Amino acid sequence: MEESTFNLPIGPQHPFLKEPAKFDFEIRGEEIVGARMNIGYNHRGIEKACEARNYYQCMYLLERVCGICSHSHTTAFVQGVEEIMKLEVPRRGLYLRTIVCELERLHSHLLWLGVAAHEVGFDSLFMLVWRDREAVMDILERISGNRVNYAINTIGGVRRDINEEQRKKILDAMGVLKKRLEHYAKIGTNEPSFVARIRGVGTLPAKRAAEMCAVGPFARASMVDTDVRRDDPYAAYGELDFKVITYDSCDIYGRVIVRVLEMIESCKMIEQLLANLPEGDIALPKVPRKAPAGVALSRYEAPRGEDVHFIRSNGSDKPERVRVRAPTLANLEAATESVVGAFVADIPIAIASIDPCFSCTDRMAIVLRDPKNGTRVATWEELRRYGVEWYGKNKGIRF
Amino acid sequence: MEVIKPLLYILVFPGFAFQFVFSTYLEWMDRKFYARMQNRRGPLYTGYNGILQPVADIFKLFFKEDIVPAGADRFMFSLMPILGLAAVITAGLYIPVWFFTPYNSFEGDLIVVLYLLSVPSLVLFLAGWFSVSPFSLIGATRVLTQLFAYEVPFFLALLTPAVVAGSWQIRTIATFPWTSGAWWAIPIQVLAFMVALLTLQAKLERVPFDIPEAETEVVGGPLTEYSGKKLAMFRMQKDILMLVGSAFIAALFMGGFPGGIWLGGLQVVIKTAIVVLLLSVVRAAFARIRIDQIISFSWKYLAPASLIQLLVVLILKGNGVF
Repeated sequence: MEESTFNLPIGPQHPFLKEPAKFDFEIRGEEIVGARMNIGYNHRGIEKACEARNYYQCMYLLERVCGICSHSHTTAFVQGVEEIMKLEVPRRGLYLRTIVCELERLHSHLLWLGVAAHEVGFDSLFMLVWRDREAVMDILERISGNRVNYAINTIGGVRRDINEEQRKKILDAMGVLKKRLEHYAKIGTNEPSFVARIRGVGTLPAKRAAEMCAVGPFARASMVDTDVRRDDPYAAYGELDFKVITYDSCDIYGRVIVRVLEMIESCKMIEQLLANLPEGDIALPKVPRKAPAGVALSRYEAPRGEDVHFIRSNGSDKPERVRVRAPTLANLEAATESVVGAFVADIPIAIASIDPCFSCTDRMAIVLRDPKNGTRVATWEELRRYGVEWYGKNKGIRF
Repeated sequence: MEVIKPLLYILVFPGFAFQFVFSTYLEWMDRKFYARMQNRRGPLYTGYNGILQPVADIFKLFFKEDIVPAGADRFMFSLMPILGLAAVITAGLYIPVWFFTPYNSFEGDLIVVLYLLSVPSLVLFLAGWFSVSPFSLIGATRVLTQLFAYEVPFFLALLTPAVVAGSWQIRTIATFPWTSGAWWAIPIQVLAFMVALLTLQAKLERVPFDIPEAETEVVGGPLTEYSGKKLAMFRMQKDILMLVGSAFIAALFMGGFPGGIWLGGLQVVIKTAIVVLLLSVVRAAFARIRIDQIISFSWKYLAPASLIQLLVVLILKGNGVF
């Protein structure tokens, strides 16, 4: 191969990307020498839409920020609102919230493990892991009535209680799941062809991970000991006994191990929570519609890392500003950097190792005016006029 | 009659029609078995338990829009699928289907078959090269790089039974254990059989060696820009290559297909199916490895293994055991 490099564009549509994002890789032969990323293909204006809705409506809107960590976003938001409103949530409500949090972490990590296996062509593991993920999805459906957007949170507690039968079902499933997870931990760390693809790939040194503010399992696999659940306990985490999993290999192998061990830890936490489930109400009987003026910054350990919601209220029943910082945004730069020096074959698994979720991340879209091709920017009025003219001319419709 | 016989031979049996039917059956079996190993059901709806699904897939592709990219070399782009399909079907004509001499069997046809089985890889490379897209180009270079990894061990492995039988004619090699009475020549060559299986898997570009067309990395590899009829031809080429490769491994390492037309025919089906099932197990058990890993794997392990096998066979042969 000669010394020249060529540009490999990946995205906005590519089989390994589950959502649109754009990556430009500078490659020489099969080696990557430079990487750039561009996001913003999924901007839906959710933050702006929140300003036109009251707190309850916002909750349902924010649940739809992400399809996988939907509970994370509502919990982060609800916690912020409760802080502004100075509400004391009943303990049973907090426990139930935490149970759903951990179930969500389980299903998100299982999903990730399957996707990671698929990215390196290990489809058997993918299929088996996703089969077991159904067990978690079934529990979530049994608790909340929904598989994806659970809608279990409400301001001041949760909306549904769990009964004795559900409790037994969850415990049974956890027992099965723990055994399966130990099996997958064995496969993931021993299967030679799988390990050959993930060990030493996408390396992010501990120092660099801390510098680039990486969060979640991605950072923990680089020995950055950070976990909001322990550092800044919320919900019922302060009363729980759990380990924060870290690993020192700084590569994708470490990220697999951290996630699988975290899942086993989550199973144990759910068992603990169910064993110590306090009696009492699940939510406050009466919650004010309006919040006093104030600000709140709510941190939450989503399955992918730290999720931050900033809420500013102005005394009305609508938030003045809601800002969502999803974990993918914190990790994406570091992940893009970690690809440099790897092979083209490592791109999918290295990017996927942060469990990217671009619909969570995209908060704005910037149109760069291209002087050569003359990108046009139209205002709303211009677009409307154009639409009216076009339909009048082509379809004979008069507005 | 003298005209019709070769025509029937090329078009019906063991030519195109037989190869098409049998290869789609093998693909169905492979898919079903692979699915069951992943706790899935596999194809279900087309025909009995989805047995017609591969046929339906190919037919559907034939009726899809056929696009040639604007920058591609139109002639070469269209020629490649035909060339590849022709090469594998021709190779299939040399399968020693039963005890009798195949129509065009001659001393040295093993070399011809090995040559014809190399053509699909070159065709894939050229197909990627002439479709000028970044993914096709990367896929094409990977096809060639991978060819250097598996081709030598593949040849060495298939050389072993030829050395045992002392002949370059597939029919003679296949029937050697029965004609000479040395049936224990089959278990002795188990190492070469394993090398041949793995390298055939690499030739077929299936997991763990599906590097040139790794979906998550290079979209479709060399075939990224292909669609419609041309893609269907590549699909058929791949299926028939699996049939022909498995049939040759069955013929050379599993004692051929003796026993007359019916028993021999049955043996073709069963033994080829066994080889395909072994390939499915390999496909289900591993993750895709990287291009540098396949090169070091095949030169560190596969090539020395086939050389050791050859050495063992040569020593036995030199001592007059066979």
